Amino acid sequence: MRGFEKNLEEFKKRGVRVVAISVDSPAKNREHTAQQGYTYTFLSDEKAEVIRRYDLLHEKGGPGGDIARPAEFLLDFSGAVRWVNLTEDYRVRARPEDILKVIDGLRTAEPPDQAE
Amino acid sequence: MGRRWNWLPLVGFLVSVGAFLSYFFYFAYFPTTRDFPWLNLLLFALGLVLLGGGLRRAFGRPERYRGRISGPVFTALSVLVLGVFLLYNFSFSQQLPAAAAAPRLGAKAPDFSLPDKDGQEVKLSELLQSEGTRWVLLVFYRGYW
Repeated sequence: MRGFEKNLEEFKKRGVRVVAISVDSPAKNREHTAQQGYTYTFLSDEKAEVIRRYDLLHEKGGPGGDIARPAEFLLDFSGAVRWVNLTEDYRVRARPEDILKVIDGLRTAEPPDQAE
Repeated sequence: MGRRWNWLPLVGFLVSVGAFLSYFFYFAYFPTTRDFPWLNLLLFALGLVLLGGGLRRAFGRPERYRGRISGPVFTALSVLVLGVFLLYNFSFSQQLPAAAAAPRLGAKAPDFSLPDKDGQEVKLSELLQSEGTRWVLLVFYRGYW
């Protein structure tokens, strides 16, 4: 999460909106983002409904019950998944620098007339 | 003339405990030391070398060094700490549900609306349409910080 904040300018430059989602409450997110200095969006899925819809539920994975397994999805403006990372080990997550490289690859792969 | 205190087992044990704790409190924050915990494994190796030296002193030269009880005890405890570390890093953290039905490449991500940290509802479809946004990166994380 810290890596996303560190690279936030690079994400913004590419028109990327970073959105973090977990079962933590808004109050918890407020506290945590203030403490860590995170400025991107943190959303609360306390009942894990969206997490379930994305099939990312890790049942009883947290101290207080169900949580999300880590996963990253890059969506284009139509909402289509253009890149996805479902880790096999929750300690090992996608590195923001690598995601930026993916985005640059996708951008150059687009035909010029569609690249607005 | 008394036998000398054998400090190697204690130090070896402390190094092992340090190897364990430093992962969770420090090295796990950096991808290069988190994804594969090589630095912590090196620290564990150092701890075991110290313990080995301590045991050699205690049992090889018992007339000079103490530690025939503390040596094995500290060694056993250190091996236990290492065992828990290995179990966590190479087994426990890999026990994740398959996520077989998660949105795949090219699929449309299901829309949703969730509250942000100020309780304001944020809708994915609106986010995607918002000015200056070309991409939305959804980062699902475990939470419970």
